[in-house]
Amino acid sequence: MPLHTFQLQINGDTRTLSNLDPRVSLLDAIRDHCGLTGAKKGCNQGACGACTVLVDGERINSCLTLALQYEGRDIRTIEGLAEADGSLHPLQKAFVEHDGFQCGFCTPGQICSAVGMLAEYKAGAPSAVTDGEVGELAGAELQERMSGNLCRCGAYVGIREAILEAAAQ
Amino acid sequence: MNSFSYARASESPDLAVALLNENQGRYLAGGTNLIDLMREEIETPAALVDISRLPLAQIEEREGGLRIGATVKNSHCAAHPLVRDRYPLLSSAILHGASAQLRNMATTGGNLMQRTRCYYFYDTASRCNKRTPGSGCDAAQGFHRIHAILGTSPHCIATHPSDMCVALTALDATVQVTGPDGERSIAFGDFHRLPGNTPHVETELRAGELITAVDLPASSANLPSIYRKVRDRASYAFALVSVGAALRVEDGRIADVRIALGGVAHKPWRASIAEQMLHGAEPTEANFRQAAEAELTPATPGHDNAFKVELAQRMIASVLQELAEVKA
Ligand SMILES: Cc1cc2nc3c(=O)[nH]c(=O)nc-3n(C[C@H](O)[C@H](O)[C@H](O)COP(=O)(O)OP(=O)(O)OC[C@H]3O[C@@H](n4cnc5c(N)ncnc54)[C@H](O)[C@@H]3O)c2cc1C
Ligand code: SF4
Ligand code: FES
Ligand code: FES
Repeated sequence: MPLHTFQLQINGDTRTLSNLDPRVSLLDAIRDHCGLTGAKKGCNQGACGACTVLVDGERINSCLTLALQYEGRDIRTIEGLAEADGSLHPLQKAFVEHDGFQCGFCTPGQICSAVGMLAEYKAGAPSAVTDGEVGELAGAELQERMSGNLCRCGAYVGIREAILEAAAQ
Repeated sequence: MNSFSYARASESPDLAVALLNENQGRYLAGGTNLIDLMREEIETPAALVDISRLPLAQIEEREGGLRIGATVKNSHCAAHPLVRDRYPLLSSAILHGASAQLRNMATTGGNLMQRTRCYYFYDTASRCNKRTPGSGCDAAQGFHRIHAILGTSPHCIATHPSDMCVALTALDATVQVTGPDGERSIAFGDFHRLPGNTPHVETELRAGELITAVDLPASSANLPSIYRKVRDRASYAFALVSVGAALRVEDGRIADVRIALGGVAHKPWRASIAEQMLHGAEPTEANFRQAAEAELTPATPGHDNAFKVELAQRMIASVLQELAEVKA
């Protein structure tokens, strides 16, 4: 079957993937072919959120899609969230401050997901618990919006506090 | 995963149809179901035609209703002001499915075409008539807590897993398709099939046909509605039973009622028996319960999923009662 040579835009950099088998998922392309190992492979079937990255500002599971489908799109991973001078993104800072992790495996996905979630929330997107107008970002509203990210260590208390602090900024 | 060729059709639906028919493959939209099934080698297409960039990502007003393009992301559909305003049942049903990340990938067309979550279908060591026609059905005597109770056949008791499709059934949507033989429309209620003798044939879509849009009619706009889903955890799980219902009461009588169920059948289940009994009747708790019981009378549960019968009855009655109280 024909191989493909194409470019991915990741964190503002152009990455050329040469002679790639079309079977390579976006996650495997990011990790194994671009050397950006922040996004994690937890389940490889859409069930955990560890592979979450942002595409054109929206959060997606990079494990359930082909790299080829994302040619030319604006992809952002956990490696691309900090400022050029190394200062952390507000969500990264808040996760450190509130112990939003134990082993850290789910953390890149949690943080990328939270970045996407706050953008959705601020744009007025509803959730399954939203009744009419979009409600305050706390309790069930926050849990529902972050339900796509599992934490095997159960660091949810710190994760919630971190996101709420970053949301208030 | 088997090896396959990849081509992207970005310009027009006709190009996608032509590419697919040249290559004997499958359309690829968000990938959230197809890539998973290919990884498990349940689907092994020789070619994929990527339709995710087709110019079908719009939601437009049309004949007093709405046309939702086939490549509109589920999340965009749920958040669209016209959908939220006129068809809140659709918005709610979508938001009750999957996760935010998946809804940002999943498309209208892919949601309709997603396949069952029957564990035996996913396990290539099991017998499954849907995966390998004629091989048998290991769910029948196996663990079938999540399986169907209505419209089943001895050949398959799988359910259709979509939440979105439950709302589309209740809202009398129409599916627009194009293919090698031209364009046609399919009423939503006819789109998905019951298993019968051919559980591997899941929809009315013919080989090579492409879904281009789903239309919502003016007649089902602005109805008071509720989508309720019962599942094993509060979020990010498929339905055990879900109910999408809409109710309009005029002068103390039911003027319009729509009830659809998810998690109970091989297709999104329109509760026509209950609807017929309720049309023109008084919106009382007793009438709701009676209609719900009549709808579930033909149910044929197995040893693990009998709970769904009572659950579905209670859910239908309580959702309708809530809608009646809001109106009162
Ligand atoms: C972990 C997980 C949890 C989930 N939970 C839920 C849930 O709770 N509720 C729910 O409703 N869904 C749930 N889903 C399923 C999800 O909604 C579907 O996977 C999604 O809608 C499929 O859309 P897609 O665009 O990604 O389709 P793809 O995976 O790209 O395609 C699926 C099928 O549709 C065909 N297809 C796609 N577009 C067209 C078209 N325009 N014309 C003809 N054929 C087409 C493809 O050929 C393929 O056969 C879940 C999925 C996962 C992975
Ligand atoms: S219920 Fe249907 S999908 Fe599941 S094993 Fe039986 S035939 Fe296959
Ligand atoms: S690795 Fe992608 S969702 Fe688990
Ligand atoms: S910190 Fe270990 S999985 Fe979340």
